[in-house]
Amino acid sequence: MKRVFVFGMSMLIGLAIAGEAAPLAQDPVVEARLVHISQELRCLVCQNESLSSSRAELADDLRREVRDLIVANKSDQEIKDFLVSRYGDFVLYRPEVKPLTWVLWFGPFVVLLIAGIFLLAYLRQRRASLQPQVLSDAERARVEQLLKD
Amino acid sequence: MKKVFIPMVFFFGLVIFLAIGLNRDPREIPSPLIGKPAPAFTLVTLESDKTFSPEQMLGKVWMFNVWATWCVACREEHPVLVAFAEKNQIPIVGLSYKEIQPQDPAAKQTDAIKLQVARERSAVWLQRHGNPYTTSVMDLDGRVGIQYGVYGVPETYVIDPQGVIRFKHVGAVTPQLLAEKILPLIQSLGKS
Repeated sequence: MKRVFVFGMSMLIGLAIAGEAAPLAQDPVVEARLVHISQELRCLVCQNESLSSSRAELADDLRREVRDLIVANKSDQEIKDFLVSRYGDFVLYRPEVKPLTWVLWFGPFVVLLIAGIFLLAYLRQRRASLQPQVLSDAERARVEQLLKD
Repeated sequence: MKKVFIPMVFFFGLVIFLAIGLNRDPREIPSPLIGKPAPAFTLVTLESDKTFSPEQMLGKVWMFNVWATWCVACREEHPVLVAFAEKNQIPIVGLSYKEIQPQDPAAKQTDAIKLQVARERSAVWLQRHGNPYTTSVMDLDGRVGIQYGVYGVPETYVIDPQGVIRFKHVGAVTPQLLAEKILPLIQSLGKS
């Protein structure tokens, strides 16, 4: 409990300092939603960064756009739809499940399944080849004959 | 024979996938705007306080080119655009995208002063390098850029007489791109 309190206080200090630096961070509810949404969005300039962590200028502009949409009372889905309609599925870190992205979502499982089938077939074949060979009567007789000599 | 065959198929399959995947440009993101109506906007132009909207271009095939004086790749494509404009085939409208960058000293000024500085700077630049644009519109805060999915200046769009975006290119326009993609497209749009 105490730890949570200390953590909360330190966050507050952070907010107080950040507040001075960025006058846009006025409404904490809006900012929280902004961070939440922008973590799921890709910055298009520095493609391996999320919109929330990127310091690229375009990311700034897009965050401003998202902030405005939040203030305009749009839902998370509506905001994402807007960005997808402008920049394509590429902005989403978690692309929608639709026919075009099926390979992306289910491809690895299909590969796993195929690999599993191959493994099973291989193991079965191996087990068959490892079966102890039974000697026929004629062979047994010949072995005994050889051992006797 | 069969034992070699299956790994061979896998191997060549992998080679084909890698050959395609590694030769693609990761910056080239397919635009979802192709085939969609060009987003509407109203902005003042570089030349005067008269405003421009895409709907004024309905009935014409036109090119929309995003540029800025700070953009290095724009300098590279500019002679290509100037030469293209001289042939006078279709109007080219420029989008002066965020002329005043945040680190610019002028960024702290009022909007009116920013607009004035941007206009002066752009006009000087166009005088020096040539002006291929029938008009340029001033997108100082980059909002129209976002509407058009701009993420790397320069970008170029071809818009048909119905106001639908038919083509988008990110990066400098080259003579090759003009000859192979843009001109055939303009011709086919002009006929229909």
